[in-house]
Amino acid sequence: MSAPAMGTTKTAHSDVAPKKKRGPGALATAYLVIYNVVMTAGWLVIAVGLVRAYLARGSYHGLYYSIEKPLKFFQTGALLEVLHCAVGIVPSSVVLTGFQVLSRVFLTWAVTHSVREVQNEDSVLLFVSAWTITEIIRYSFYTFSLLNHLPYLIKWARYTFFLVLYPMGVTGELLTVYAALPYVQKTGLYSVTLPNKYNFSFDYHTFLILTMVSYIPLFPQLYFHMMRQRKKVLCHVEEYKTE
Amino acid sequence: MLVLLILISLIFGLYFQVEPHATIGEIKSLFHKSYQQLYPARQDLKLDPKGKSLRDDDVLQNLPVGTTATIYFKDLGPQVGWTMVFLAEYLGPLFIYLLFYFRAPYIYSHQDVFTSSPYSVVTLACACHTCHYIKRLIEAIFVHRFSHGTMPLRTIVRNCVYYWAFSAWLAFYINHPLYTPPSYGDMQVNYALAIFVLCELGNFSIHVALNNLKAEGGPKCRRFPHPTKNPFTWLFFFVSCPNYTYEVGAWASFSVMTQCLPVALFTFLAFIQMTIWAKGKHKTYSREFKDYPHLRMPIIPLLL
Repeated sequence: MSAPAMGTTKTAHSDVAPKKKRGPGALATAYLVIYNVVMTAGWLVIAVGLVRAYLARGSYHGLYYSIEKPLKFFQTGALLEVLHCAVGIVPSSVVLTGFQVLSRVFLTWAVTHSVREVQNEDSVLLFVSAWTITEIIRYSFYTFSLLNHLPYLIKWARYTFFLVLYPMGVTGELLTVYAALPYVQKTGLYSVTLPNKYNFSFDYHTFLILTMVSYIPLFPQLYFHMMRQRKKVLCHVEEYKTE
Repeated sequence: MLVLLILISLIFGLYFQVEPHATIGEIKSLFHKSYQQLYPARQDLKLDPKGKSLRDDDVLQNLPVGTTATIYFKDLGPQVGWTMVFLAEYLGPLFIYLLFYFRAPYIYSHQDVFTSSPYSVVTLACACHTCHYIKRLIEAIFVHRFSHGTMPLRTIVRNCVYYWAFSAWLAFYINHPLYTPPSYGDMQVNYALAIFVLCELGNFSIHVALNNLKAEGGPKCRRFPHPTKNPFTWLFFFVSCPNYTYEVGAWASFSVMTQCLPVALFTFLAFIQMTIWAKGKHKTYSREFKDYPHLRMPIIPLLL
């Protein structure tokens, strides 16, 4: 009864009743299963790392350092998903997937990694935990879907947890970027000033502010899209069940 | 024999009675009489919801309908005529660039207001940019013949924001008090200028050639463009859309002439968009004409 979503996409677009195009072949499916299993495992490692570090230290502070490397590795690895869309083994939009993965990678590298001073902030823990739980559910969702054995619990979790995790993650992200602002301004990080040979300038500080502002139109759209998907996916299944 | 029409849309269903020799255009006018705000340009009529739109000059009895025709209606939203579209898109950059060239207040710092650059290349760049858009305006008003009458309002707003914002951004740097002239000096500027002028002339020649094609052929007789006596049109031997080739060339040479990265970025984005359009056009030509020359590529000779 669960529509086997053949996609490993960040968006929910392809999950609901996809009119199946050619779909991935057997080799591609095997590869995608392996990919999703590895990603699930990776984010589980991060989750376990966070819990262990908390138990060892006894506080929420500075947990970023304990999972810094796997976070960078597995979040950056998600760039492969853009390739999957481009090659066609995943029926999702390259642009949409690219945009979402890039925003994650941007936060991981261009903000958290680049501005050392924010790494101790609690907001980092906020978005990292949100990402971790979301990704574990999402990648296991794709894994089970590809194997045509999707437990209702996973499907329910995928379309319900976001209600809390999405705002949680966004809050963490925005607070982190906001915390980074004074340091970026002071050091002129990633900024180019005039005069220069190519007559170009870039102010990273302003760019970060614009990024924060862009959340205002984007976040509600994505959030309400997921809510609509939730209605479609979960209510549809209930209709089936009552027959 | 009277033909009954049932116009269906998501919002309303209507019944009209018309003669069999009525055209789609006449039906659209009829519909407009009942719904004042839905002028014909806003109406998209189809026989099949997933099918092609019907043309205004299609005659009812020549279409696959019986005594009763079911036509599907879609509201395309507010429309603007093509000439207006181009005026809006091109007048913006024209004036905005000049605002920056003359260093209007509140753009640069207070002591730089209404000053001018010591570099001749800055004035040259202004002249080139201005001439480019004046040429486009002249073409829009006098040269182009448009197959569709209108464009949706939303698209125009989006296009205008893009053109206006980008021209403001590149004008900002070229006319900046801290502008750095090209590394190879006058030689770089002069060579780039020469190529710019050639590309503008080329682009204009192609537009004229395409326009003549439409004039001679008329809507029924479709032909594809050929090289003419004008040497600029000889690019037709190699590409389907030499107007786009010349356009990219003009902007690329402008980038080199000003040695300005934002201009190069604009050129790059324009190149991507025009390549997409050129590929589409090339495909259309190749499908429609069996004798279409194999040597021709969409936009870059021998390559793309």
